[in-house]
Amino acid sequence: MSVSSTATAPAVEHSPTPLLKRLLLKPEMGAIAGAVVVWIIFAILAGDRGFLSARGTANYLEVSAELGILAIAVALLMIGGEFDLSVGSTIGACGMIIAILSAEYGWNYWMAVVAALVVAVLIGVVNGIVVDKTGLPSFIVTLAMLFMIRGATIGVTREITGRTQVGGLKELSGFESAQKVFASDIHLFGTNWAISIVWWLVLTLVATWILLRTKFGNWIPGVGGGLQAARNLGVPTTRVKVTLFVCTAVAAWLVATIQVTSFGGADVLRGTYREFYAIVAVVIGGTLLTGGYGSALGAALGALIFGMVQQGIIFAGIDADWFQFVLGGMLLAAVLINRFVRSRAVLVR
Amino acid sequence: MSAETATPLLRVSGAGKSFGAVTALERVDIEVFPGQITGLVGDNGAGKSTLIKIISGVHQADSGLVEFDGREVSFASAAEARAAGIETVFQDLALAGNMSVWANIYLGRERTTSFGFLDKKGMSQSARQMLEQFRMNVPPIDAPVAALSGGQRQAIAIARAAAWGSKLIIMDEPTAALGVGETAAVEEVIRGLRDQGYGLLIISHNLDQVFRLADRITVLRRGRYVGSRMTSETTPEKIVAMITGAQTGMGAG
Repeated sequence: MSVSSTATAPAVEHSPTPLLKRLLLKPEMGAIAGAVVVWIIFAILAGDRGFLSARGTANYLEVSAELGILAIAVALLMIGGEFDLSVGSTIGACGMIIAILSAEYGWNYWMAVVAALVVAVLIGVVNGIVVDKTGLPSFIVTLAMLFMIRGATIGVTREITGRTQVGGLKELSGFESAQKVFASDIHLFGTNWAISIVWWLVLTLVATWILLRTKFGNWIPGVGGGLQAARNLGVPTTRVKVTLFVCTAVAAWLVATIQVTSFGGADVLRGTYREFYAIVAVVIGGTLLTGGYGSALGAALGALIFGMVQQGIIFAGIDADWFQFVLGGMLLAAVLINRFVRSRAVLVR
Repeated sequence: MSAETATPLLRVSGAGKSFGAVTALERVDIEVFPGQITGLVGDNGAGKSTLIKIISGVHQADSGLVEFDGREVSFASAAEARAAGIETVFQDLALAGNMSVWANIYLGRERTTSFGFLDKKGMSQSARQMLEQFRMNVPPIDAPVAALSGGQRQAIAIARAAAWGSKLIIMDEPTAALGVGETAAVEEVIRGLRDQGYGLLIISHNLDQVFRLADRITVLRRGRYVGSRMTSETTPEKIVAMITGAQTGMGAG
């Protein structure tokens, strides 16, 4: 190896890409800039109303964390060329499974959490296999799953409990230890930080490491950007896609577990619209809707922006009804900016 | 190298294939020698694609014999054919656009360090060496392939096919979508492979190209074998006559 590399040394000259262009080519660049801009805007609008305080920061980071956990998994899936619109309903279903099994059937809380995980994995496997074997767009398959899972959750819950909400989990066996893992607070800088923030940060690191440093991570954009090529080259494309669908469903399970454990109860409508918020965060994070290109770190930053805007509006004293309007506008702006930057970065070389 | 005395890398004899009641191929012969290029020509529907799909393991022949590297083979899948050393380069389907050059070359064959991490540095270095070896004007190895020209993309796909211990490379219309200059560059890559001893089988509608590249030409017409000719002993007019059916010349030329 060393012999041949000295022989071809001159070729190294024309290869390095200038630093600026390399940075612009990073998918998460837009989200980093966006997060800074949004933070500055709310620092000006609401800096004196608590947005800049440790408590305000902990407040919006908790919102960001619960979306971010979902968005990171959705980002990997979208880089792999597929959508999952069923994650919101899966949050509702997993939450209800935990609540009903523990409150109505007397299961140990941890056992109920594991049972919900098993169901989430099954949902992911079904999504993945149906998409892979039928060749139908995952948008349609998971849209169907969105309604089927939500409908089944409402139907089964009403059948068993006669209600659409189940509460009173806090007294149950195993709940207290689960609370430590999923819903405790860490006291730091004079305020309480939700442990979900830790989950979010750890998952961002893990997903980024998988995407950039492992074989499986290299297969994800391969499957998303050139499915036929990847298959021809021996990449186990079915396994990759099914695994990614399982990841999004498991992320939904984690969010559900965090929510149910925080509230001590579940509601059949939990997670509604979360599938779209996750896609918003992923797209703001620079991932292409067409697949094959994107970033888990970007999705985490997209979720950070989401949390800052949602809570920042409240801090600033603006009517919270405007949140969705701002969110939609940001999505559009982010897509346009990302496309512009990327086309420039590709052309300039 | 004397083609007549060398053993063919690939020899198909009497291959037939039907899809239901439709006969796609009937008693087709073809040979590819190491260090040589065989051109496969024929009108649309002549059976060229069916033949290369049999060779590359996508389809299985109903009758006839396929010998590769000196032994009789029958590939159940494209993966088996690839494992034996037969790579196929398809038009436009070969690369993942937003991945870098090196990531495309190593897709499905990633190298890892002893800790199980991707060996990015090592892969990008050897990807560059690999491309240089094939007489290519090497593009930036970290660039997404979407930023490259069609000719560079095709050359990368061909070089990748050659890089992994394969012996026979099949190309379906390797320059159909390319301009004149890019076609010349890709042809140079193809000649480089020939000089390194690979056997090459090229489907092309461009007869000028076939005469520029191929050592021998095999003609199919409506699923039947028309004949094979050494390029040096025939003319484009005669090949056109074989393709259109104006002249049927059985036997080896």
